[in-house]
Amino acid sequence: MDGWGGILLLAVIGVGFGIVSVVLSYFLGPRNPTPEKLAAYECGMPPVGDARERQSVKFYLIAMIFLLFDIEVAFLYPWALAMRQLSWPGLIQITVFFSILVVGYIYIWRKGVLDWGPEYDPDYKRPPKPGPAVVKRYRYGTRN
Amino acid sequence: MAIGHYLVLSGVLFSIGAAGVFLRRNLITLLLSVEIMLNAVNLAFVAFGRQFGTVDGQIITFFVMTVAAAEAAVGLALVIGLFRHRESLNPEAFTSLKW
Amino acid sequence: MISSSFDAIIPMLCVALAGLVVLLAEAFRGRDEKMPIGGLAIIGLVGAGAASILLWNRNATSFGVVTADNFSLFVNLVLIGVGILTVMFSSQTIERDGIPAGEYYAVMLFGIVGMMLMGQATDLLVIFLALETMSLAVYVLTGIRREQQQSTEAAFKYFLLGAFASSFFLYGVAFLYGVTGSTSLDRIGTVIAAQSMSGNPMILLGVGLLIVGFAFKVAAVPFHMWSPDAYEGAPAVVTGFMSTGVKAAAVAAFVRVFLSSLEPMITDWAPVLWLIAAATMVLGTVVGVAQTSLKRMLAYSSIAHGGYLLAGLVAGNDVGKAAILFYLAAYALTNLGAFGVIALLGTRERANDDLRDYAGLFKSHPALAVLMTFFLLSLGGFPPTAGFIAKWYVFSAAIGSGYYGLAIIGVLSSVVSVFFYLRIVVMMFMTDRDARPVPAPITTVAYAGLVLSLAGVLYLGVLPTAVIDFAQASISTIF
Repeated sequence: MDGWGGILLLAVIGVGFGIVSVVLSYFLGPRNPTPEKLAAYECGMPPVGDARERQSVKFYLIAMIFLLFDIEVAFLYPWALAMRQLSWPGLIQITVFFSILVVGYIYIWRKGVLDWGPEYDPDYKRPPKPGPAVVKRYRYGTRN
Repeated sequence: MAIGHYLVLSGVLFSIGAAGVFLRRNLITLLLSVEIMLNAVNLAFVAFGRQFGTVDGQIITFFVMTVAAAEAAVGLALVIGLFRHRESLNPEAFTSLKW
Repeated sequence: MISSSFDAIIPMLCVALAGLVVLLAEAFRGRDEKMPIGGLAIIGLVGAGAASILLWNRNATSFGVVTADNFSLFVNLVLIGVGILTVMFSSQTIERDGIPAGEYYAVMLFGIVGMMLMGQATDLLVIFLALETMSLAVYVLTGIRREQQQSTEAAFKYFLLGAFASSFFLYGVAFLYGVTGSTSLDRIGTVIAAQSMSGNPMILLGVGLLIVGFAFKVAAVPFHMWSPDAYEGAPAVVTGFMSTGVKAAAVAAFVRVFLSSLEPMITDWAPVLWLIAAATMVLGTVVGVAQTSLKRMLAYSSIAHGGYLLAGLVAGNDVGKAAILFYLAAYALTNLGAFGVIALLGTRERANDDLRDYAGLFKSHPALAVLMTFFLLSLGGFPPTAGFIAKWYVFSAAIGSGYYGLAIIGVLSSVVSVFFYLRIVVMMFMTDRDARPVPAPITTVAYAGLVLSLAGVLYLGVLPTAVIDFAQASISTIF
């Protein structure tokens, strides 16, 4: 434990200084709050509503898929470091590993997990927008 | 530092996780507890590997991490499924089977 | 490095490739397009079966962590049988319940890959990976009917306790690694044999944690709590699949780990397993008697069967090892058949697995009632069926090693269990009930699957010598 004493001393002084200054300013400083003073500082925003709002389940889906594909990268780094020693067999193995993942990727892609927003429907017609029925456009290079 | 310290820490973490599975009353926290247990094991592997002076322990940890991620994905999917049925994350709300 | 070192994993490659092809087929399937996806799965499984037979007696190994000795090939063949029969029973359930076929078959095939790897692995880390591959697939299958709360709930319970138990298993692996410096079974075995380690607390802890992990997967008391819930909540075909496949794979790995590398410590772990086996047999039987749901009852019966398998493991002699293999084959065929019948009688809204739903089954479905009777008799261990030979073989192994108490407990509990199997038979033949939700007409494929399992059950019961010789040849190459 020798040699750690200095660090302990530093920690005590650091934490102590923080605590002492907060406590001192609490007792010594004058206090006359106004709403203006209590508002969030500078570019902070006044809080609106509850932080625990319900999110779309899409977020969870994407997060789960990210989790799975992200962790696979952990195997790419060791391979990249030993790429020269592993040479062709290593390349083939990592390709096989990756193509299995690609099959999974194709599956979720085709199943529409990655589509954000409402399902695409070819027969769906957008309702006409309110406003002026005809918008005249000025075109360059044409006579009328 | 001796390996004993790491093993004690790993044992403590493992116990925290195991206790959490039985004591906590939120499905997500239950998942977290299981993850803590796996990470406690990871710590033990790395410590043993370091003691032997090989990288085996760390390589094993890679595999365990992957498994943990896959497990978390399945677990989260099931939690979402349960939430849709009962709008609750409290395990006591799910009683259609005898426990 | 690349050429012949792949031999041992060819069976798994076949199944895994089939799974990937199924996944792609499902991805590119039109919305209402019908595809013979089950056929694809069967092709992959048959390919794996052929590869397993060709690898017989060759003792191939791959990468130093996977072996294809005769023991694992026997287990492979059992698992492939389980897979093929499950596919045959599934098609009807899938259409009835609106389960996405591609997803179902792909996950099932990946699960079988994990099971096969579990039997073939010779490294504790690979066993862990295989265990997780298998378990994750089975968790998903349990909860595959997402719109049913029961199914999702069962899946989550199974998942949570399963993940809990696998971290215990992994912790055990960590301690064995810490003591021996390796996760390879051979290496651990030599280190333990070289320096008598039985007193070392760390290795005892490691072995204890491994027992917890395995006992959970085999559903042995006191780690059985998940199984009645999971078995009840899952669709009946999935229950059949997991009660046979998961058990076979877990027992195979259990036997390999404990009777090869941990054999020098047999005096340390045998008493513990003795206790677990006895408690499992007794509890599975006694609690099973009180059940009113057929699925739950068969869940307890499957717990009891896990106890009989462990009795073979405790015996630890050559007869015991061969008996375990034979028992796995007999149990797989019988239990799959029984759950197949339950699956075929269910409807989309109700599983129809209450005991009263089976009243008068002989009147409405005489063929199913007769088939079910044979399966139940085999589960109870009646003479002309596979169950009798399997039980007799296991108990004689226990007696051969001097475990008279265990054999007596086993015989007594199987006598008690006959009571609840016969109760269903009486229900089916002797009582009447008219108001019954009518299940969908049963497909030819499903009937063929049932008849196939019945043929297997009777073959193993009447002419067991061929398969017993086969099982003995399987264990002669290792251990």
